[in-house]
Amino acid sequence: MQGSGFKSLATVKSGNKHNRKRVGLYLKSVFCLLLLSFLTSRVNVVYIDRSGERIPVKAKVGDNVLYLAHKHGIDLEGEGACEASLACSTCHVYVNSAHLDKLPEPEEREDDMLDMAPMLQENSRLGCQIILTPDLDGIELTLPKVTRNFYVDGHVPKPH
Amino acid sequence: MRSCRRLLSELKLWTSGRRKWTRGLNEGLGGSGKAFLSTSRCPKVCIIGSGPAGFYTAQHLIKACQDVEVDIYERLPVPFGLVRFGVAPDHPEVKNVINTFTQTAKHSRCSFYGNVNVGKDVTVGELQGAYHAVVLSYGAEGNRRMGVPGEDLPGVYSAKDFVGWYNGLPSCRELKPDLSCETAVILGQGNVALDVARILLSPSDILKKTDIAQPALEALAESRVRKVLIVGRRGPMQVACTIKELREMVNLPGTRPEMVTADFEGVSEALKDVPRPRKRLTDLLLKTALDAPGDKELERRRNAAKVWGFLFYRSPTEILADPGCSRTAGIRLAVNRLEGSGDAARAVLTGEVEDVSCGLVISSIGYKSLPIDPAVPFDSRRAVVPNSVGRVHQAAGLYCSGWLKTGPTGVIATTMNNSFDTARSLLEDMDSGALDVSAAKPGSQAVSSLLEERGVKPVTFSDWEKIDSLETRRGEARGKPREKLLSVEEMLKAART
Repeated sequence: MQGSGFKSLATVKSGNKHNRKRVGLYLKSVFCLLLLSFLTSRVNVVYIDRSGERIPVKAKVGDNVLYLAHKHGIDLEGEGACEASLACSTCHVYVNSAHLDKLPEPEEREDDMLDMAPMLQENSRLGCQIILTPDLDGIELTLPKVTRNFYVDGHVPKPH
Repeated sequence: MRSCRRLLSELKLWTSGRRKWTRGLNEGLGGSGKAFLSTSRCPKVCIIGSGPAGFYTAQHLIKACQDVEVDIYERLPVPFGLVRFGVAPDHPEVKNVINTFTQTAKHSRCSFYGNVNVGKDVTVGELQGAYHAVVLSYGAEGNRRMGVPGEDLPGVYSAKDFVGWYNGLPSCRELKPDLSCETAVILGQGNVALDVARILLSPSDILKKTDIAQPALEALAESRVRKVLIVGRRGPMQVACTIKELREMVNLPGTRPEMVTADFEGVSEALKDVPRPRKRLTDLLLKTALDAPGDKELERRRNAAKVWGFLFYRSPTEILADPGCSRTAGIRLAVNRLEGSGDAARAVLTGEVEDVSCGLVISSIGYKSLPIDPAVPFDSRRAVVPNSVGRVHQAAGLYCSGWLKTGPTGVIATTMNNSFDTARSLLEDMDSGALDVSAAKPGSQAVSSLLEERGVKPVTFSDWEKIDSLETRRGEARGKPREKLLSVEEMLKAART
């Protein structure tokens, strides 16, 4: 009797240790996963503002590039006039070549509004349509310099 | 005793903010300008016009300069200019800029004074006396005339008036256009022309959910217009509209496009070296006019009861009336050919003419600024205030922004940059001393006294918010974002509650 009791106690004790180990391992892996997801959900973005200054920003996956700029006080003025509804081109940015192709193709409505942006380039996109993903880490977004007489630009049709 | 109390209150004001204190001092001392801190300044700027130009100029000034105070004067009781009265009712996202303007208006250093007619209730000269600088941003309320016989016949309207009518502009309330004819001809091929075409042909089910003026909604529901021709002097490569608006026409429910194939000869070849915006636009136009539609689109077109199309190489020479009846019955169009290419191509008469039957003619060939005060320099040929980067020529302390500065073209974003430029010029002048802001000016206090003497009661921004709230509540009852008040009297009544 005593032997079995001893045995059962030993079993329980060793069972506990085994369980504790299991729980500990579980907790450790959850922590690691959380840390990993935290680390990988970070996206580093560099804005180059209209004066040429480089402004590095730490962002998260899912952040919208226009509102991110607003949050960090980057060239707030005049951007996002239509509040990200694809009805203006004020959030026009240039995307660096390394990340340009990683962005999903613009939808037709974005291309239509981009056509209205002065100084349109091959690497032009609307900031309000860029949502950060992990592979956009390191993306550089340059704000176009608005020249004082840009409305004299003959290339852009002058509609109203 | 009183002076002691005053001193104490001034001290209190000083500790709570130097700027506030300076203002209090200036006003308390009747604007004598002699302050304890004589280097402090409170530049006061007056902006005439509360559309995008006015608000964007104000926004930039307030942001860039911590001392400046801006007062915006507006003739109507309601602000926002063409954002309210020009942007089409089915383009609500474009009106989101109102949120930014509202923020500016509610800034502590910005004040809105509606129901003030500059030029009549107060002169620009009087404003210049009260403020350090005056910015003219009152836009273009007139329109270019076609200059052809029959232009004033019933049935002929300017796009400016037609748009004003469906957007609830008080002065266009009585337009009552006759929509009982089958064909409407629009002269001009810019975005305003396309807006008019789209509103004329849009199903009522779409329009009834917008902020379109109720009388216009009802009239359009009864409209018998089935065909809209959008006429331009030049060719497909010179259309002034943009791709978004063209796409909306192509996709407009219940309608089908109909164009003259011959008008597109040589167009696709000419597209090779053309910049992207023009190329994409022309591609869409070519596809719509020439390509055989797929089965689904073919079916849709077959079921469409309404037709629209571009008519190219045509200029109006006369509006025709039925003999014995003085109503529009048709339009005589001269046939053109093109000389040159691209934006610089010119329309040259060939001598041929063509008559088109129609009962409605809408000329959409451009808005036009008007002079509001003889004291302000005005170039009547170009219909703008002569200026360099917003500084009015031969008029110190006077600036201009928006369409009044550059002519009536450009979207809101164009006006935004244009206004920022003017604000920058003003700020530069303040810093360089070209604009003297050292002596205090009475600002709105002086103007308010003048207006009171003259029996004019301005509408403040919070008064506008009462109008806004009434319109929104009325709209809710009808499933519209707002039900616009259509007369100045109704607006003032709501503002004074």
